[in-house]
Amino acid sequence: MTATTTQPTLLRRALSLPQAKIGLTLTTVVVAVAVLGPWVGPWLTGHDTTGFAGKPFQSGGIAGTDGLGRDVLTRFLAGGLTLLVYAVLATALGLVLGALLGMLAGYSGGWLDSLIMRGSDVLLSFPQLVFALLAIAMIGPEGWLLVLVIGITHAPRVARVARQSTVAVKDADFIRAARMYAMPRRRILLREVLPNITGPLMVELGLRLTYSIGYVASLSFLGLGIQPPTADWGLMINENRIALVVEPWGVLLPVLAIAVLTVGTNLITDSLASAAAGTSKSGEPHPAKEASA
Amino acid sequence: MTAPATLTHTLAARDLRVDTVAGHPVLKGVSYEIAPGEVLALVGESGSGKTTAGLAALGHFRRGLVHTGGAISLQSGAADPVSVLDVGDRERRQLRGSTVAYIPQDPAASLNPALRIGKQIGEVLETHGYGASDAERSARIAEVLAEVGLPDDESYRRRYPHELSGGQQQRVGIAMAFACRPSVVVLDEPTTGLDVTTQTLVLRTVAALTTEHDTAALYITHDLAVVATIAHRVAVLRNGEVVEYGSADEVLRSPSHAYTRELVTAVPHLDGTGATDTSGSVTSPTSASPTSASASGASASDGPASAGARGDRGRRPVLSVSGLSVSYGDHHVLRDVSLDVRAGECVMLLGESGSGKTTLSQCVAGLGEPHAGTVSLAGAPLAASTQQRTAEQLRSVQYVFQSPYSSLNPRKTIAQSVELPLRTLTDLDAAARRARVTETLERVRLDPALAERLPDELSGGQRQRAAIARGLVTTPDVLLCDEVTSALDVSVQATIIDLLCELRRELGTAMLFVTHNIALARHVADRIAVLRGGEVIESGTVDEVLDFPSHEYTRELLANTPRM
Repeated sequence: MTATTTQPTLLRRALSLPQAKIGLTLTTVVVAVAVLGPWVGPWLTGHDTTGFAGKPFQSGGIAGTDGLGRDVLTRFLAGGLTLLVYAVLATALGLVLGALLGMLAGYSGGWLDSLIMRGSDVLLSFPQLVFALLAIAMIGPEGWLLVLVIGITHAPRVARVARQSTVAVKDADFIRAARMYAMPRRRILLREVLPNITGPLMVELGLRLTYSIGYVASLSFLGLGIQPPTADWGLMINENRIALVVEPWGVLLPVLAIAVLTVGTNLITDSLASAAAGTSKSGEPHPAKEASA
Repeated sequence: MTAPATLTHTLAARDLRVDTVAGHPVLKGVSYEIAPGEVLALVGESGSGKTTAGLAALGHFRRGLVHTGGAISLQSGAADPVSVLDVGDRERRQLRGSTVAYIPQDPAASLNPALRIGKQIGEVLETHGYGASDAERSARIAEVLAEVGLPDDESYRRRYPHELSGGQQQRVGIAMAFACRPSVVVLDEPTTGLDVTTQTLVLRTVAALTTEHDTAALYITHDLAVVATIAHRVAVLRNGEVVEYGSADEVLRSPSHAYTRELVTAVPHLDGTGATDTSGSVTSPTSASPTSASASGASASDGPASAGARGDRGRRPVLSVSGLSVSYGDHHVLRDVSLDVRAGECVMLLGESGSGKTTLSQCVAGLGEPHAGTVSLAGAPLAASTQQRTAEQLRSVQYVFQSPYSSLNPRKTIAQSVELPLRTLTDLDAAARRARVTETLERVRLDPALAERLPDELSGGQRQRAAIARGLVTTPDVLLCDEVTSALDVSVQATIIDLLCELRRELGTAMLFVTHNIALARHVADRIAVLRGGEVIESGTVDEVLDFPSHEYTRELLANTPRM
């Protein structure tokens, strides 16, 4: 309920910026392709994602065929949804986990703060991709593991931001008032602190989403994410790169889609960041309103 | 306090107009002039444009403001007048510091913390080519330090800003401004953050320097009591326009404009006039004050304070603090403080910064550090932390914070914020809570239409009303008011004080009114406790303390409080 009062204003402010409009358009286009593609693809091209459509690396159809003679366009249209779903789930997991831990650490202070933040420092000391490779090498390329590992490695990064924002508001008088009204810590965090740190968290959301897309695609490219014969953008790049000069579409289409998507989400993040920076100033007394008292 | 008889002006602004970049007017044709040796006070509330008008004298406009019309002329000695706004940047920089100097509001923020103060003053001289040699400059530094009443020896000049008190820092700031013997100084609320005793010292320094060197001073302030002390003439600014202009006596004694009258009457006086017509002598009709004979024994324990309390003798203390001590390491913030607040009574806790008054009120509220001694509510001891207090105890003691800008959650509507204590501390259902919120908002004279707004959409006064409503919504027995007026404009302060007095009469809530402003005493309080260095050095009824102060410190406070 409290969140509804802030998010529209922040979003509206962000969306009024030109880069947000460009970012939103780019993202929408790619998301539409990814979401509608699996259904539109077979209808449009007459092929399915795994069946043979011709000889390997043949230039027939719209985008030709891949090394196994499957239709590239069909596979491209079908290959974005899994990537997108995994990226969104991983981001959501990282954000929720990180925000909760960060707020708890920032608000409680003391040993709990040290425990959470030093623990996340340990995680931070691994490069994200290396950590994911390690986990997948041990357990195997499962979808849930991909989401879990990327989400968990996001969490400490989100937690740092959440902690810092929480520390900035935790000594505000309205939080002290809430403590005086015997509000339990859980409710203070969710009802009093959280609505006041949505700005930085939204920025973090955009940023982590961009990274998630990159990581899921990278892991699939390395053969540790989504497994063949499923159509997937990251995987397609790997499968088709040997014929880059002969039949470039198999690489170009997924590369373009991933690039456009990350640029799009990045632009949205940027505009969210500038909008959030603008709203933080509104806490100051408004001189023009003083006279009306 | 008469203006020197002279016809020439040193600084004159004519029809000064300033807009924001967006085209919103900030100054709508402001004119003023100041003669040598004269102090002109530029008075206005926040947002009136007084700082913009003052900075314009230096040819400076803050970011986002554009100069759209009018001129400022500056005359130094026998030289031709210079039009500050028309000269080039280089020349203007030359003027600043040498001909016109600026003294900012916060001395701590304006001094470079990494440089010794002697060097900082020396830099000003060097930049403006004052004095031919280092020896000459060094002599001038010593001279100007002596002028502002600071030691001029070498060891003092080798101190860093953090080794100085707030008042000393401000005087170093003044010394820097006067170092090059400017003809005009602009002072931007230079005493706002200072204690009254220090304020008096700084004001005297400024007055002495301006008279001695025939310097014209533009004194920007919101405090009319300070104006009465220092200014020869006054310009009252409102929404970018000068609504009244005249000698200090004229403007303050017989204001002609309605707004000035409002401002003047809003200033609280030590004798209880102004600000509000409700003096402390009102005896509150209390609901919870059993004047039983057995209760008188309880109040006998609180020493001299109870002896002279008129008519309050029989009342039981609702809130009683005894032997309270708080220390951080070796530093004692409070030492063995004892204090009683009886039902329906308002006790003023008076203290300057660092006296421990906020620590005391937070201990009572349960927000403070662990402490020795007891805080008890109607005889039952309260735990030190809010977590160990019962809902009923939390309901009975409510707190109104100093700044309404930070005490209300910016993401919650006024109604949600006011409802909060009812949700957590009472078992009323949603409908009953809503009814109580509406009723309380009416009680604090806040338009019910504002209930669904966010704090950002309200003025400072309205926010403080909402914060008071949150404090009263649970019908507490004791309301702690921590400097509730100091973040507000003068005219708003008066309405809030009025409101608190009315509420006390209507509800009979006991209050602990924490403040640094002794002038409010007769308006709100029945009794006063003066806190200094963590100890209650004097307590008694308002009349006793104000008319016959027994402690040297109280006498000093009274003597240094500016009067109109």
